Amino acid sequence: MTRMHLLVERNLMVYRHTWSLLVAEVFEPVLYLLTIGIGIGTLVGHVRGTGVAYPQYVAPALLATAAMNGAMNETTFNLFQKLKFDRVYDSILTTPMTVRDVAFGEVCWALLRGTLTTSGFLVIVTVLGLVHTPWALLALPGAAVIGFAFASAGLAVTTYLRDWQDFQLIQLVMLPMFLFATTFYPLGVYPRPVQLAVECLPLYQSIELLREPSLGHIGPGLLVAAVYLLVMGVLGLAIALPRLRRTLLA
Amino acid sequence: MADEILVRASGLVKVHPMGGVRAVDGIDFELRKGEAFGFLGPNGAGKSSTMRMIGCVSTPSAGELRIFGLDPATDGARIRARLGVVPQEDTVDTELTVRENLYIYGRYFGLSRARIRERTAGLLEFAQLEDKASEQVGALSGGMRRRLTIARSLINEPEILLLDEPTTGLDPQARHVLWDRLFRLKQEGVTLILTTHYMDEAEQLCDRLVVMDRGRIADEGSPRELIERHSTREVLELRFPPGEQAIRAEKVTDIAERLEVLPDRVLLYVEDGEAALAAVHARGVTPITALVRRATLEDVFLTLTGRTLVD
Amino acid sequence: MGDTLAWRSFSYWMRRYRHTWRGTIVISVANPFLFLLAMGAGLGGLVDQNHSAYLHGIPYLDFFAPGLLAAAAMQTAVTESARPVHTAGQPSGSYRAAAATPLRPDDIFAGHLLFIAFRIAISAAAFVLVMALFGIPGSALLLVPAALLTGLAFAVPIAAWAVGVDRPAKLNAFFRFVVMPLYMFSGTFFPTSQLPAWLRPVVELSPLWHGVALCRTIALGTGTPYVHVVYLAVLAALGVLAGRRRYRRHLHA
Repeated sequence: MTRMHLLVERNLMVYRHTWSLLVAEVFEPVLYLLTIGIGIGTLVGHVRGTGVAYPQYVAPALLATAAMNGAMNETTFNLFQKLKFDRVYDSILTTPMTVRDVAFGEVCWALLRGTLTTSGFLVIVTVLGLVHTPWALLALPGAAVIGFAFASAGLAVTTYLRDWQDFQLIQLVMLPMFLFATTFYPLGVYPRPVQLAVECLPLYQSIELLREPSLGHIGPGLLVAAVYLLVMGVLGLAIALPRLRRTLLA
Repeated sequence: MADEILVRASGLVKVHPMGGVRAVDGIDFELRKGEAFGFLGPNGAGKSSTMRMIGCVSTPSAGELRIFGLDPATDGARIRARLGVVPQEDTVDTELTVRENLYIYGRYFGLSRARIRERTAGLLEFAQLEDKASEQVGALSGGMRRRLTIARSLINEPEILLLDEPTTGLDPQARHVLWDRLFRLKQEGVTLILTTHYMDEAEQLCDRLVVMDRGRIADEGSPRELIERHSTREVLELRFPPGEQAIRAEKVTDIAERLEVLPDRVLLYVEDGEAALAAVHARGVTPITALVRRATLEDVFLTLTGRTLVD
Repeated sequence: MGDTLAWRSFSYWMRRYRHTWRGTIVISVANPFLFLLAMGAGLGGLVDQNHSAYLHGIPYLDFFAPGLLAAAAMQTAVTESARPVHTAGQPSGSYRAAAATPLRPDDIFAGHLLFIAFRIAISAAAFVLVMALFGIPGSALLLVPAALLTGLAFAVPIAAWAVGVDRPAKLNAFFRFVVMPLYMFSGTFFPTSQLPAWLRPVVELSPLWHGVALCRTIALGTGTPYVHVVYLAVLAALGVLAGRRRYRRHLHA
């Protein structure tokens, strides 16, 4: 029997004290949407080759990014604090809870967080009139898959971190990915070899997973993206679990 | 039933993966139901490593360990369900309130919400935290946190309570409050295992203890037995000017059964302290201060290992 | 005497910086490089094809780069002044240790500001170097001081505020709800002439708007910089006055 839901329950209890963070997490992508989507969108007009208005093109990418950040913040920053400084898991593991319960519970919680942030953002995007098809609702299960992939990957990365300085390295990977994974302009801008490299990025696959349905395109490409992200999530857990055991049960 | 063995260890070893230190180096002991059992030793003796193995959060490197007759390697979760653990550092959940801490911890044990509510009132009273129940744990004093940790460890009505250095870092008043609480638990029949490097704590709380040093057990028995076995009835402590302890000690060596020279004082192990002090004065040796006291576990430890407990 | 004491406080921060300088240099070069590559070169292609009237024929990259320089100076200023000053002012912080020596609160404040100015200037210099790499116009000799002034208009008042802040959560809230919106709407990414008329006067109160305008004026050689310089300098000067009072009150309480 798994007790991972108890960890979700614990985090939910903490969240009752800090729910205002959710507001902030939705606030940030909204700022990006207004500045880039609408501000720069005025300068861009329609996206070449797609005939889509720029804000409508950028919004799903920002949704995917929000799901990614929401989940990954949880299993990197917050989890590192709990693991190394608050030593929350040390006391949890003196009960019948196991390391697996803890790891699965945290990932599950993180993907819920990511999905919640995305839902809030989706509501705002809809209010702004940027949603034109019911397929956009696929963003919710999509966000859960994105959340799972990045929460697990974040957990795996966190087991390698030594101190807060190392978070700079994460930034050094995340920032270029955010900038280059077709968040702000289509893949066609790049020469073919660069296109291939970009297509390998997990954020590119995440954006595809949300952008295509929101533009009304439903095709097998979605399945590729979903499978890619699910495999990434499973791999992340497979790496993280034995390493966490070694750290916590020394 | 009274002799039921709850924990049995033989040839137990713990080698830490990082650095390969043999923290526990082949120890044997048995713990019987209802007793208060102590591990006495200085920092680094291997007490905490032993406790973590009993708590099933650390896998033994070699040897055999059985708790409630079960193997921690395969039945860790089942064993932990029947244990209460008070770790050396308070690991209360600082993001939650006092009541929430008790609640979520009870949930980890699979207790129903109703059962937890029932237990919480009694535990808050036991820990003298009734009026702090809704406060964030971050705002509690060290003594209160410690009491919360102990209350939390009792939520599942454990058959064995593991306490690692329960009073380290507390002020004297908080320590006495805590001893009183632990004594009450003992009266109620809870089996206690505790580690300490305070001899007074071991004497107050433990029915039986083992003296640990460098990962091994030096001896085992009740506090009284250990003192009788390894020390004289009384101890005369003489203090000389700095740097002169050894030179002065030479002149009084034959007065004592045994003599220890420490950096700041000389200990004479004797049956009658006052008589020994008179003999010292008769030799024309005048210490700065002289003190006669009963022998304690500190002396046992010094005899067994040649080192002091707290350095 | 006062100068040498402030120098001691400055050298304390420099000595700490020795442990982390490599990382910060990498970030100072990588950040502008990545942003200019993606937003300027990548997105710029789409923008330039559309020939928007708002840009008056200026290539998007040339428009964007000086604006981002100012925004980056603000970011460095906030990072270096908010959290470090708050931590140092805590009961266990380094300000308290320094206050127990002959250093006066004024010296502690001045020394730390000197270090923050140093950090802003270094980052700005790295940024201008990257700009040159992209072939973006602009005189380094003028752009670095302009970015420094922009940074100080933030850093000095923020340090004055942060030294006495009770909860670090307030710093986070400040970053999220003040710094981020400024970053987004002060004309870095798009001309503020696009905004609705009623919103423009509000945006033009933002110190970052003046910083962006100053850097852009210098880089593109359009308009006059003096209003912006005065606005930013007044803000920094007010920060010095407030900071001297707040440091004294807080450290010698």
